[in-house]
Amino acid sequence: MSAAVTDRSAVLQQNRAPWHERALRALRTPGGAVFVLLVVLLLAAIAVNPSFGEPGSLIRFVGRTAPIAIAAIGQYFVIVSGEFDLSMGSVVTAQVFVAGNLIGQDDSRTVPVLVLMLVLGALVGLVNGLVTTLLKVPSFIVTLGTMLALLGLVLYWTGGAATGNPADSFRQIGRGGVQDVPVLEVLPYPVVLVTVIAAAAFWLMRRPYGRTLIAVGDNPRAAALTGARVWWVRTRAFMLSSLAATVAGIILVGYAGVHPSVGRGYEFTAITAVVLGGVVLGGGRGWVLSAAAGAFALETLFALLNFLGVQSTWRDTVQGVIIILAVAAGTQTWRRRRRGRTAPAQAPKHVIAAQPAPGSDQEGT
Amino acid sequence: MNAFSRLTSTHIVYLVVLLTFVAGTVLVGAAGRSFVSAGNISAVLTGTSVLGFIAIGQTLVILVGSLDLSVPYVVSLASLLSAGIMANQPGNILPGVAAALLVSAGIGLVNGLVVSGLKVHGFIATLGTGLIVSGYLATNYKGSAGQTPVAFRLVGATGIGPVPVSTLIMLACAGAVLLMLTRTRLGHHMYAVGGDIRVARMSGIQTGTPIVAAHVICSLMAGLAGLLLAARLGVGSPTIGAQGGYDLLSIAAVVLGGTLLSGGKGSLVGTLGGVLIFAMIDNIMSVMQINPFLKDVVRGIVIVVAVAVYARRRVARRATRFGHHEHVRNEQEVSA
Repeated sequence: MSAAVTDRSAVLQQNRAPWHERALRALRTPGGAVFVLLVVLLLAAIAVNPSFGEPGSLIRFVGRTAPIAIAAIGQYFVIVSGEFDLSMGSVVTAQVFVAGNLIGQDDSRTVPVLVLMLVLGALVGLVNGLVTTLLKVPSFIVTLGTMLALLGLVLYWTGGAATGNPADSFRQIGRGGVQDVPVLEVLPYPVVLVTVIAAAAFWLMRRPYGRTLIAVGDNPRAAALTGARVWWVRTRAFMLSSLAATVAGIILVGYAGVHPSVGRGYEFTAITAVVLGGVVLGGGRGWVLSAAAGAFALETLFALLNFLGVQSTWRDTVQGVIIILAVAAGTQTWRRRRRGRTAPAQAPKHVIAAQPAPGSDQEGT
Repeated sequence: MNAFSRLTSTHIVYLVVLLTFVAGTVLVGAAGRSFVSAGNISAVLTGTSVLGFIAIGQTLVILVGSLDLSVPYVVSLASLLSAGIMANQPGNILPGVAAALLVSAGIGLVNGLVVSGLKVHGFIATLGTGLIVSGYLATNYKGSAGQTPVAFRLVGATGIGPVPVSTLIMLACAGAVLLMLTRTRLGHHMYAVGGDIRVARMSGIQTGTPIVAAHVICSLMAGLAGLLLAARLGVGSPTIGAQGGYDLLSIAAVVLGGTLLSGGKGSLVGTLGGVLIFAMIDNIMSVMQINPFLKDVVRGIVIVVAVAVYARRRVARRATRFGHHEHVRNEQEVSA
């Protein structure tokens, strides 16, 4: 009891601290450290290859990374609610195939097919979510099943070979950009999309839905007892994840074209990015923008390796070392903070006991 | 209904095995072939061996509350190392096997130490080591390499009656691991650590040992699977593991066998049932010449539906360790 009170007053003191102190403290958490990592990697990449630092080249890099960042934001919703979404890569591939086969060279079909793709994405998420929450099948298994089934269905439908080259108006979403922007020359549409989606995700996580989502991931039973509809909260997280994969697919059609290997392994890349952003597997902890920053940090690292002339086949190895180190460092930090917090909580116990006014601890005195 | 609710998940797994067998007999019979012919039974059992090895190890890893996503790369690495060292010399069979198993066990040791020592989630730790090995494979091997001698290839090709030797080795490994799980201290500690690691530590268990042991055994089993694939193909291949999708399929087989993904509860016997279900469904679809892309659709649906059937069932209970040994030794009496 008294420990809780000191904890609360300590938290209050921290929250009343000036913003720069709070920002510095946030940078020491795993979710903040990824921004430091990102800046260090960017500076290193610019030091190795100065032309990478030019505004035009940087903004094109952001555009190339946008699909992975969007996928990571989608995966974040599912992971922070305590689940996994392995079907993401298959959703990307499926959407790329849908676009390739249904749009063709007919510009007038762009909008209806776009709507169809978004509906399809939401539907996949709905199925994942409902089977996980209502039938109580672990999400790892459900999304593994949708991953196999969706990819199999799409490949069966197209006979295994990717066909079709969607109309230019559709590919412009991934390829084109706003022309004649000062400093940057071209502002690619993917950059606009990822900014809008990141802002929307940031806003959503501050809404009651976002708060409930984190509570559900932290402790689903406690969240259910406070009146949250856990099944519906989690199902919507799955729908957001599949919708994010759909948007990533739409951008990738413009970049990479229609090919069965587009989207392969996206689920693991997205999970890697989310985890690199300090989000804890098992749910309840982490910031959505850190997940997006994790995606950018990962891609900057690959760009850096590229500039250094490292063979591209070593990318996997470096990625493996990085995620193990990042998560190990993250868990050590969480453990150290917990240890550090309990120690002073014991000490002022007697001071608190001397103020017996009941109810006053509600105000945090 | 009451009788149904008393069944443990292991019972249901074997009911599904039976159902699949009946469906297979009918469907294959309708296609004008025999499901129970010696040749076909041998084909089904051959299909169980590779996934069986990996699923045995995966069961242990999942029981201690971890996961192993690095198995496909360990499989590829073991097949390449053994085939490379053997280089078609019968005298090199033993060094080749020993090197492959040693390296596999080493990868398992790293996995276990990262999970138990650095407290990294098993998903991330093994995804990481898997990526590290995958990068090594992609850099150093451009295609199939090495060659296994005829004497070694016989392991993958011969059988006693309709039962292939590889399946017998797999079952022998399963028996040994089952004994370890039910009769030794290490096995009991694995269940304890998977059930609740904090309670296990407070009970005086060295929680690191079971986790490391489970990961080492899992990678060893993946190494054996790699050796078997090298024996079957005659060469080592850098993509054989990833092509098989053994990481996710083995996890699916374990969960299909009734083991909880969160650890602490489950049975190896159930896992073998899960592997058998996969092998029979694959065989039925091959005999009926179903489009290979539709096979994945069927697999995906079967995994989800089967797990949904007993997701809320109780998991096979283990015999009580203390007290009325004679009465509760077998599972049926416990659940009755």
